[in-house]
Amino acid sequence: MATAAAALAIPYAPEAAHASGRWGMRLLIATESSFFAYLLFSYFYLGSMAPAWPPDGPPSLTVAGPDTVILLSSSVTLWWAERGIARGAQTRLRAGLLITFVLGAVFIALQAWEWSQKTFTPQTSAYGSLYFTVTGFHGAHVVAGLLMNLVVQVWAWRGLFTRDRHALVSNAALYWHFVDAVWVVVFTSLYLVPRLA
Amino acid sequence: MTPSGSTSPAATAVSSQLSRARLAEIWETPADLRGILSSVDHKTIGKRYLVTAFVFFILGGLEAVVMRAQLVHGDMHLLTPEAYNQLFTMHGVTMIFLFASPVLSGFSNYLWPLMIGSRDMAFPRVNALSYWTFLLAGIFLYSSFLVGQAPDGGWFGYAPMTQRAYSPGLNIDFYALGLIYLGISTTVGAVNFIATFFTLRAPGMSLDRVPVILWGTLTVSFLIVFFIPALTVASTFLYLDRNVGTHFFDAANGGHPLLWQHLFWIFGHPWVYIVVLPAMGLASDIIPTFCRRPLAGYTFVALATIATGIVGSGVWLHHMFATGLPPLAMSFFSGASMTIAIPSGVSVAAWLATIWYGRPVFKVPFLFMIGFIILFVIGGVNGVMTAPVPFDWQLTDTYFVVAHLHYVLLGINVFPVFGALYYWMPKMSGRMMSERIGRWVFWLMFAGMNLAFFPMHITGMLGMARRVYTYPSGMGWDAANLVTTVGAVVFAAGVLLFLVDLVRSLRVGPLAGDNPWDAPTLEWSTTSPPPPYNFAVLPTVRSRYPLWEDRIPEGARSIVGRGPVLDDGRETIGTSPLDADPVAVLHMPPDSSWPLLLALALTVVFYALLAVSWLWTGVGALLVFICLVGWLTPSRPSRGAGED
Amino acid sequence: MDSISLPVESQPSMFHAGGPAAERIAQLGWVFTSVAVAVTVVAVAVLIAALHRRRSGRTQGVGPFEDPRGPLRWIVTGGVILPAIILAVCFVCTLLTQSAIARPPRPVVATIRVTAHRWWWEVRYPGIAGAAEVVTANEIHIPVGEAVQVELVSNDVIHSFWVPELAGKTDVIPGQTNSMWLQADHPGRYLGECAEYCGVQHAHMGFVVVADAPADFASWAAGQRLPAGAPAEPAASAGLDVFRRSSCAACHAIRGTGIAAPAGPDLTHVASRTTLASAMLPNNRGNLAGWVTNAQSLKPGSEMPTIRLNGRDLQALVAYLEALR
Repeated sequence: MATAAAALAIPYAPEAAHASGRWGMRLLIATESSFFAYLLFSYFYLGSMAPAWPPDGPPSLTVAGPDTVILLSSSVTLWWAERGIARGAQTRLRAGLLITFVLGAVFIALQAWEWSQKTFTPQTSAYGSLYFTVTGFHGAHVVAGLLMNLVVQVWAWRGLFTRDRHALVSNAALYWHFVDAVWVVVFTSLYLVPRLA
Repeated sequence: MTPSGSTSPAATAVSSQLSRARLAEIWETPADLRGILSSVDHKTIGKRYLVTAFVFFILGGLEAVVMRAQLVHGDMHLLTPEAYNQLFTMHGVTMIFLFASPVLSGFSNYLWPLMIGSRDMAFPRVNALSYWTFLLAGIFLYSSFLVGQAPDGGWFGYAPMTQRAYSPGLNIDFYALGLIYLGISTTVGAVNFIATFFTLRAPGMSLDRVPVILWGTLTVSFLIVFFIPALTVASTFLYLDRNVGTHFFDAANGGHPLLWQHLFWIFGHPWVYIVVLPAMGLASDIIPTFCRRPLAGYTFVALATIATGIVGSGVWLHHMFATGLPPLAMSFFSGASMTIAIPSGVSVAAWLATIWYGRPVFKVPFLFMIGFIILFVIGGVNGVMTAPVPFDWQLTDTYFVVAHLHYVLLGINVFPVFGALYYWMPKMSGRMMSERIGRWVFWLMFAGMNLAFFPMHITGMLGMARRVYTYPSGMGWDAANLVTTVGAVVFAAGVLLFLVDLVRSLRVGPLAGDNPWDAPTLEWSTTSPPPPYNFAVLPTVRSRYPLWEDRIPEGARSIVGRGPVLDDGRETIGTSPLDADPVAVLHMPPDSSWPLLLALALTVVFYALLAVSWLWTGVGALLVFICLVGWLTPSRPSRGAGED
Repeated sequence: MDSISLPVESQPSMFHAGGPAAERIAQLGWVFTSVAVAVTVVAVAVLIAALHRRRSGRTQGVGPFEDPRGPLRWIVTGGVILPAIILAVCFVCTLLTQSAIARPPRPVVATIRVTAHRWWWEVRYPGIAGAAEVVTANEIHIPVGEAVQVELVSNDVIHSFWVPELAGKTDVIPGQTNSMWLQADHPGRYLGECAEYCGVQHAHMGFVVVADAPADFASWAAGQRLPAGAPAEPAASAGLDVFRRSSCAACHAIRGTGIAAPAGPDLTHVASRTTLASAMLPNNRGNLAGWVTNAQSLKPGSEMPTIRLNGRDLQALVAYLEALR
């Protein structure tokens, strides 16, 4: 019957659904968030049974504090870049991606330096194991985000994104914001909560 | 030619020979080697899952038969304790991880697009990836046998026995890495199911019209997304403790063995629902066909499925009642564990009501459903028996629990699976299986199963502990163990007979036709086997049982056999999440080798971690990165729309 | 050396309760078992009745589609209301039992410290009022009708302490001390097992709990506190030499001889124990000899090595060990 066909006056989406890709990224974020939740569960579980946790007092905020500001700024710059391509602004996209990359790279570099200054190692105690594992996995996610950023920059420079077609940018941006949100939780748990007790 | 921008899709009223030929050309995977390695056809992937899972089922079964030979009598010396411990560990790992969940993924992969009136899953290449990683993770785990160091810490791998000090070999490294690797497969598969559920149902297939298998698989897909990471974290900690010198489970240095148990069971309890809820969905879709009436209480059953998933996420502590937890916590988890019986009771009542108010037809798939209901009840009640804390203190870690877990796993996973194989094999292969042989298969499996596992209730209550490679004669356990071993052999005979029937019917079984069972759901509206494009025209659905609507005097009428053809490339219809209103025509990706290549790159990573080679891990990670980039690189837009 | 036969008469059945804890648990167990059986019988009966009601051989014809009330009544009654009521009753029984067995009927009269090893049980009774400690292995004595506290620690991996006829099991976990009370109301010997997979010889990690009349318990404890006496006969004396010379002294302590190795079971009063090798073998001359010279074929993978001794040395050693009452 012709009514069925006529009723289906719907748009044609050339990619395998902007909507599907978004679902995919959201669910990836859900599962990765769970991963971090279990890491932090472990941190608090072992901490609840320890006489002192962290054993040597709260970790210093000297590096981690500014580092947090740097990482959160990178979310702002990426948001700015994404708004740009949503209006078709190619230059803004490319610039924003680049600045975000630099900020993220600085975050990693500072964190590596902070690690090198620690008086304990993952092998020293369970606290050491957890500190380095939690911040390490977060750092690995940041590195993955930086690699994603590089690849998206290459695609952007090749002109593959348009106002109507930039799902990959949006999904990569969502991932980056997630990584920053995880840092807020990690930072609070490892650096701020010990100062509350 | 794929136009960009908005357009109304060309819609033919009825499919024609010409359009079907065109669709076949668009969707068909060539039968050469490249086609085999790059296919993203959900039906192919589904069948591969089923075959591979079945191979693991046979391997796990052989492991069990050898174990039962060792236990047929007290004080036997057929196996060394080391060999026995590897066998019982791998039996558990194989059945629980390499069979029970993948076989259900196989059915879901095969059936979902056909049942929802779509041409593929939301992420066809991710689908292929989930299969290849499953296969390779299984091979990774079994490669441990080649070096004689199969995992031997139990499928549950309790620390600190799994730490390097007590397990110096590679056994537990295979275990930890294998589970992490398998978790990738399971997770990406779950993501695919959730996205498919909310974007690809046929127009008009609102939430209250989906087959129950969709509710089952959707629920467990969410459980997978949220709870597999607990196992990943636990396994990662285990690998790090063993190879990097960390102290997560090491009590002497601030760690604790119970951290493993919490993480493992936070994953492990939802996992048992992951391996049964889709199978219950299969049963809910099969039973109506053989009762010649709709499922009674569909809404109750859908809600019970979700409720089981939710409640089941919060009861993990009942695996740890003997560890010395605070009494208040134990009481809470004890009560919560009992409440699981309520959604289970709802489902059982629904099936019983469907049968009572229906007109049963005793074909082989239905026999398996009857067996399933009986075994479900037994497994459910003996589970409730372990819920009260004080009684669990006697029952836990004995053969009683072995009885319980086999009643629920065989009863609620294997029996529905075999019923589903008899039911949907005609659709998959185009040929019927044998009613006569099928009856024998059912009765051998049902009798064998009960002979094998019922006596374990007794031995458990008479004090026989689990995971023992031998036991003293004269404890009152000998007769029961003998009966169990006999039952295992009878059950194995049933499975063997099934294989005989399968091979026979694939070659000379009678042709099935589109709908041999006069069943009501959409997969039966297309050919057996379905064409590569599933449906020549995409249907619009107006009820839960589209193919039975003609028997209802005034009822909704779905539109099957007329509708959009969408033959301008690989296309299907995207719809809204709740009401399935059409939203967009979606272009699906063609066959691709990237999923296999990515899976191979991951294999490099995992073997590198096994060897504790950071260099090769880096190489593998680089390969993974290259594959991801290759996979995700978009094609050029044809027109430079919207540039500044 | 005789084949492995059951060393203890009792069968470790959880329904063969020998003490108040197991008694209460068994009662709860009967409640749940009866409910389970009843539910199964009813459900299967309904299923069979449903299957027989209207058999149809044809696949033609479909329906009924209506009748929302009939089936829904089933589901609500049979699936929600009945299970909820039954489970609520069961849960109340559970809570009552849990609180009833949380503490022993009367205060404990002794505290026993049990250390689980791979694959044997170290048993210590702390010395009271300056008296020496009781140290033994794989055998626990308790006075009938009295409660004792058992403190459980692990030397290595997770084990589980379980005497089915007396109480539920309690896991033994490295890094924490778990505690439980034990009481037997009937004299006799009760078999215990390790109930948590702990490695290759998890299957052979049993122990015995002996419930003595109070006077017998007192004399047993007094005897166990004493160090080993000097060997009375020359044969036994030669045996002590063999003990020192061979690798025995590297692992096994015998108080009073100066041999104090802590790795294996304390042998000061080994002959007073009714079993050997973690309740695997009855304790007699033949099994003693067999265990010493053949441990790895009896309990492969255990820490007890196979000791090579010539006939004369073996006889002497066994004579010495048999004198260690």
